[in-house]
Amino acid sequence: MTVAVDVRMRLSAFVLDVTFEVPAGVTILFGASGAGKTTVLRAIAGLVRPDHGRIAVGERVLFDDATSTDVAVQQRQVGYVFQQLALFPHLSVEDNIAYGLSGRPLDERRSRVASVADSFGLLTLLQRKPTQISGGERQRAALARALVTDPAVLLLDEPLSALDHVVQSRIMDDLRGWNEARQIPVLYVTHNHREVYALGERVVALEAGRVLATGSPHDVLDHPTHGVLASLAGFENIFDAVVIERRERSGTMQCRLQGAIAELEVPLTEAAVGQMVRIAIRAGDILVSNQEPVGLSARNILRGTLAELSVHGPTVVAGVDAGVHFVVHLTPGGADALQLHGGSRVWLVIKTYSCRLVST
Amino acid sequence: MDWQAIWLTVKLATLVSMTLLVLGMPLAHWLAFTRWRGKFLIEAVVSLPLVLPPTVLGFYLLMAMGSRSPIGRWWMSLTGHGLAFTFEGLVIASLVYNLPFAVQPMAAAFAQVDPALREASATLGASPLRTFARITLPLSIEGALAGLVLSFAHTVGEFGVVLMVGGNLPGITRTVSVSIYDRVQALDYSGANQTALLLLAFSFTILVMVYGFRRRPWAAVPLT
Repeated sequence: MTVAVDVRMRLSAFVLDVTFEVPAGVTILFGASGAGKTTVLRAIAGLVRPDHGRIAVGERVLFDDATSTDVAVQQRQVGYVFQQLALFPHLSVEDNIAYGLSGRPLDERRSRVASVADSFGLLTLLQRKPTQISGGERQRAALARALVTDPAVLLLDEPLSALDHVVQSRIMDDLRGWNEARQIPVLYVTHNHREVYALGERVVALEAGRVLATGSPHDVLDHPTHGVLASLAGFENIFDAVVIERRERSGTMQCRLQGAIAELEVPLTEAAVGQMVRIAIRAGDILVSNQEPVGLSARNILRGTLAELSVHGPTVVAGVDAGVHFVVHLTPGGADALQLHGGSRVWLVIKTYSCRLVST
Repeated sequence: MDWQAIWLTVKLATLVSMTLLVLGMPLAHWLAFTRWRGKFLIEAVVSLPLVLPPTVLGFYLLMAMGSRSPIGRWWMSLTGHGLAFTFEGLVIASLVYNLPFAVQPMAAAFAQVDPALREASATLGASPLRTFARITLPLSIEGALAGLVLSFAHTVGEFGVVLMVGGNLPGITRTVSVSIYDRVQALDYSGANQTALLLLAFSFTILVMVYGFRRRPWAAVPLT
């Protein structure tokens, strides 16, 4: 079963114009806030009406402006987990889950609720109200409610972004386990690149209402083709630079960073000498040394001064001034071993292939 | 104490508030959720009785019920008598007069229900009617009750419209408030006081109930 989405719609800030397919399994719809991700989900569910386009699940057409087809929300058989979950506050967890099963025989209702509650670890919580369970349990209840009816497609609007990674990946493991036998398309919206690696098999990257890239998380996020995508994908360092020399034989080229004398060797592209390029480097791909390194294969060794150092959870974030401002991620152990402090002289080591060229 | 007037008033108020609960709910639901641009026009029409002098409203209702209006003639052909100065006429006039007191609290309560809950209900296969019965109404029940109680209380207290449309016929159109006015005209102050005191106690009890139901911040007018 595949969901085919082709939606054009005038929004206040831009025109949403996307065409993509969601095969069975988890596809991530990835983009910044306001890129149009939620609107795409709402169009598939029938909660907003596109101006033009066609939405089909397998052979079943849900929307087609050419034939004036517009199946009502309640007849689309689409599971939707809302960002704010939208559990019914006056109903118990059990009644929430059973809500979509009205009209089916009591026996079937009971066995379906019991089976989905078991899959998502909710059996002991069925009599509680949504306000009486934890955040992670509420996410599970919302998932169970959306899945109990055996929807043809599951739409998830950042339902897990408020949870810590451990709970998040456990819930996704449960979801994958549940979907193993059923193989329905799952479309998961997020703006967090960590969730893309953790949760998705495929990525559709969206920016200002357009699809920028599609592919595996590795293709889309590790080799971002676009500056916007690079910053979303966790490339903390993005610099404009000028090509000063092309080395066809080694497959590299030398670039001078704009506004600095610092130079970087980067992979060769089509760009001619003198042309502007944009270089993206992950903060975690940069090595820091407190002595001038010698005997390294890495081609880029930049001298700089440590401007600031701050701790964010398990990551030490260093700001290094090397003509331009670099952001570097270190482990706490690494930072201790180097005995870094503000004003320290440091060298940054960057491999040629850690530098990605992205379009502006 | 004018028991006949009290009984008539209770009968009138019960009939009016119950009818408004049934008729007002779809109207309130429509007003709360429609995206139609002309909605404000309907809101203004529904709210007219709030600002119109009761005598003005009563005058036009009286004209509408008279034998020269199509409504009046239609009623005459149906029942053999006119609408003005009858209990039925009084019920119809009270329905119009009390519409905003029923519809406004209901519409306000429906509108404050999180739209995502209604959308979730729809994605789970529920028809609009089922979404209303299982989600919107249970989560705004205090608004429906406020509409019921306020339209009841307001019917009990109305004076101008009753006098214009119903006159002052004992057992047919003489309500408590008209009865009090009558006693005062007859200089029977202690008789007026008895009934007035009863109305005062009644109104206070009603408001205690309305504010008791509403768990939201206090507002001077418990309408919106």
